[in-house]
Amino acid sequence: MEVLRLQQQLIELTNSLFQEGFLDDQFTQLQMLQDANNPDFIQEVVTLFAEDSERILAELTKTLETEPIDFKRIDAYVHQFKGSSSSIGAQRVKAVCVDFRAYAETENREGCCQALQQIKQEFFLIKSKLEALLQLEQQILAAGGSLPVME
Amino acid sequence: MASINEEFEVSKAFPPLEDLGRSGPCATMFLENSEVTSHTVTKSHQEAFVNPTSEVTEVHVLAVDDSVLDRKMIETLLRNSSYKVTTVDSGDKALEVLGIEGSLGLQFNISLIITDYCMPGMTGYDLLKRVKETSALKEIPVVIMSSENVPNRIQRCLEEGAKEFIMKPVKLTDVERLKLHISSPQMSCHVDQSSKLCNKRKFASEGCETQNTGRRTRPSGLTVVA
Repeated sequence: MEVLRLQQQLIELTNSLFQEGFLDDQFTQLQMLQDANNPDFIQEVVTLFAEDSERILAELTKTLETEPIDFKRIDAYVHQFKGSSSSIGAQRVKAVCVDFRAYAETENREGCCQALQQIKQEFFLIKSKLEALLQLEQQILAAGGSLPVME
Repeated sequence: MASINEEFEVSKAFPPLEDLGRSGPCATMFLENSEVTSHTVTKSHQEAFVNPTSEVTEVHVLAVDDSVLDRKMIETLLRNSSYKVTTVDSGDKALEVLGIEGSLGLQFNISLIITDYCMPGMTGYDLLKRVKETSALKEIPVVIMSSENVPNRIQRCLEEGAKEFIMKPVKLTDVERLKLHISSPQMSCHVDQSSKLCNKRKFASEGCETQNTGRRTRPSGLTVVA
């Protein structure tokens, strides 16, 4: 049955995201908040996260390209990014933020540039995975199924 | 008119103005250019507005955070726990809602303020201080949220009168615990005193730990320059 197959895919994808460290238990909190009163909560949060992150990444890129580099500004933006990735449960993005802040603190230009590249990679990775997850959910609901309850 | 409304999100639980009977001590609301969307008025809500002497069972929380994502999170967490919520993105806007600035004539009956610590301009600590310095507001319990476990920061906030210091990301269990800080008017002095003592005792005995002993503390060597 189509719905069953989709539900299994969703469970597998979700489990792998947790097992591979892309998501931490904060994401579970978000799943708990999505209910009949808030059916689109995860979608909304992912959208906000994506928009906010893209804004921050653009600012970080600009700041690193402007001489002299304003490391305090970088630190402030990375702090914001760390906060939002933490709120959504994007564990790997958050981990890169921690390293990034350390580089900014020591005014390590090379380190900051590397960290920016890494953070962009991790962000696009989690973004596409979350989009895949949401798409599966949509497909399940469209096929008349219900979303599996995650442990 | 007021640009505050763009960033000012009002909980859908507010009744349309025309449904308000006499204004009572519960709340007086003047919403200009409001973005209040359609919603239903619950019976207890109607009673609260029409009959000022009945017990107000619904609690209105003011949440302050400069992050749009975190505002969405805290709003949903609070609504999920049956609170009415108003979110604002800065300490200045919070003061306007609380009526200190009073420029828009907005007045809400706020039972609890939950604010982020690190915000540009007025920090959560600054907001806490302003609230505690204002006689009309100082009894409102204030809870601070922060993503960083900085012992000095926590201590300063508790000493300034914050009821609790919550580590971000905020969880449902944190929000459910907020009920402890909200007391009925008759009991306010007694409960505030004892919970204040509780805070200090816990802080003293657990060192840097926040109130939630189940929470892992995140050691942090970095202090954000707010």
